[in-house]
Amino acid sequence: MIEALKKIFKDKFAFTAFIILAFLYIVILFADFIAPYSSTYSDRDMSYAPPSKVYTINEKGKWSFPYTYNYVREYEPALMQTIYKQDRSKKYFIKPFINGHLFGVENGGKLYLLGTDINGRDVFSRLLFGGRISMTVGFLSLFVVSPIGLLYGGISGYFGGIVDTLMMRFAEAVMAIPSFYLLIILAAILPSGMTSVQRFALIVVILALIGWAGFARVVRGMVLSIKKEDFVSAEKVMGASNLRIILKHILPQTMSYVIIAMTLSVPSYILAESGLSFLGLGIQQPDASWGNMLKEAQEFTNILYRPWLLTPGLLIFVAVLSFNLLGDAVRDYLDPKSNSQS
Amino acid sequence: MNFLKYIFKRILQTIPLLIIVSLISFFIIRLSPVDPLAELRLNPSISQETLNKEIKRLNLDKPIYIQYFSWAKSFVKGNLGYTSAGEKVSTKLKERIPNTLLLTLVVIFMTWSVGIPLGIISAVKKETAFDRILTVLSSVGMAIPSFFFAILMLIFAVKTGWFPVGGLTSYNFNELGFGGKIIDIAKHLILPAFVLFTISLSGLQRQMRANMLEVLDSDYVKFARAKGLSEIKVVFKHALRNAVNPMITLLGFEFAGLLSGAALTEYVFQYPGLGRLILEAVMKSDINLVMASLMMGTIMLILGNLLADILLMITDPRVRG
Repeated sequence: MIEALKKIFKDKFAFTAFIILAFLYIVILFADFIAPYSSTYSDRDMSYAPPSKVYTINEKGKWSFPYTYNYVREYEPALMQTIYKQDRSKKYFIKPFINGHLFGVENGGKLYLLGTDINGRDVFSRLLFGGRISMTVGFLSLFVVSPIGLLYGGISGYFGGIVDTLMMRFAEAVMAIPSFYLLIILAAILPSGMTSVQRFALIVVILALIGWAGFARVVRGMVLSIKKEDFVSAEKVMGASNLRIILKHILPQTMSYVIIAMTLSVPSYILAESGLSFLGLGIQQPDASWGNMLKEAQEFTNILYRPWLLTPGLLIFVAVLSFNLLGDAVRDYLDPKSNSQS
Repeated sequence: MNFLKYIFKRILQTIPLLIIVSLISFFIIRLSPVDPLAELRLNPSISQETLNKEIKRLNLDKPIYIQYFSWAKSFVKGNLGYTSAGEKVSTKLKERIPNTLLLTLVVIFMTWSVGIPLGIISAVKKETAFDRILTVLSSVGMAIPSFFFAILMLIFAVKTGWFPVGGLTSYNFNELGFGGKIIDIAKHLILPAFVLFTISLSGLQRQMRANMLEVLDSDYVKFARAKGLSEIKVVFKHALRNAVNPMITLLGFEFAGLLSGAALTEYVFQYPGLGRLILEAVMKSDINLVMASLMMGTIMLILGNLLADILLMITDPRVRG
């Protein structure tokens, strides 16, 4: 195990990717502590406030402890719009371990590291809470996909004949539906008025419904060749039941493929979830996910004048890239023959 | 003769596939708690007569398996019903499908003409700086969410003003001459095509590289080299032909991926394609439109795979067997 990790991490990219992912997961795990604001915080008077400027050099040109100024909203009649101006009358120092959070400013001060959204919610805090959903949905879906795919592919390949034909035709039919079309239809028929936990669970299941068929097909192909091996015939002679042979003797042989497929497909689930939420069919407000935070970027005024609303996109990119790089290294280690296939 | 027989057999195979797909999608949609005619009922411009016609056509008062058969029957006849806005579904599809096909074909053409050569070069120059840079770039390309990239491209279009923002045609499209129309469409296509191109290029380049590496390692290539053939001849005459064959099978899959990926890109760019149509239909729970466009998407995908298989037969004599 340690040997394997050493080999995988010899790849510098994979190691960096691992560090980034570990960092992201630790941050989202302690999101309640690290984020300056709670997941329900909202200040309606501060919608679309720009990121707070943090100063480390004070007005006398000397180093100072980091501080920030509050923004005040003003209406500019000439431009016919509200603008935010800094209120330079009072400094707010950024202090560690304040009010039970990792960092923050004294009461009365506002610290929006990445600005706020339409409801005056702190984008930085929501990024952390949103990460909890976006970064876990892929893994959870995989835990649904793998057993279904393994069992389906195992049974289909092991029994062969008419069972195999029927099961594979069905799997092919599922694969023949453009996956994203199926995804949005499934998401759209979810009944409204579910709790956010229920909705999250159903999104996980829906994502899994898309991925199992391709997975099952590959497993079936491997089972077809494994079942011809002598040890399977030996099991049969000894009178083991079919299910026992499939579960205990054949499927464990496909383990390295399963691990490869799992690490390589986490990114596609992350992307699928963010796409769904971006369209408003996935995770619903007020819960945050990186995809539904980007929903606000659908408006032109937002993407042009409020670029801080695009930060969730960057995080999706970083997470997916890291998973891809790590997945490549894992695959190269477990299956050195297939170098860098997509 | 063998050739035609194979194609015929292959076409016959798609029929059960289509039936299963239609069953799956029909039951998913019908078993959902959404009333298929809710929108139609609320639309004041729809007469009771049309509504009754729809109920009769869909047999909504009968058990679900009869509903399926009557739906399938009218689908085969080409009667796809009406959208919630009262338009014919078939006209709507006729309007949108060519647009999606145009976009996907342009993207496939672009990715193949760039991805294949890049894959060959990085395989031949394995583990040089060029190959490493391409590997990094392709990882980056694969990691960008399509809709996020599309948004970035929109910002680019707005800030520079070089490209039109969204849609497929300008407001004055009908006044333009033939040449002007083509230029106008091309201008609108550039950004969505570029987004999909960037995202599908990486996968294609990597796959081509892997295939090429495998072939370059095979005995007959070693033999060709041992014969003293020039490296160019070895690569292009002996290795390339076998490395490209698996790619043709991939063409079908790529088509599928593009259909899905295009939905989000079409949505962001307000491109009038099938993906955006199905999205809008889903949001409005316009059942007729959803069913019809889902089936059309599936048929396009199956046809894409069929074409890829036929193409493979032409290029690879082993398949003809």
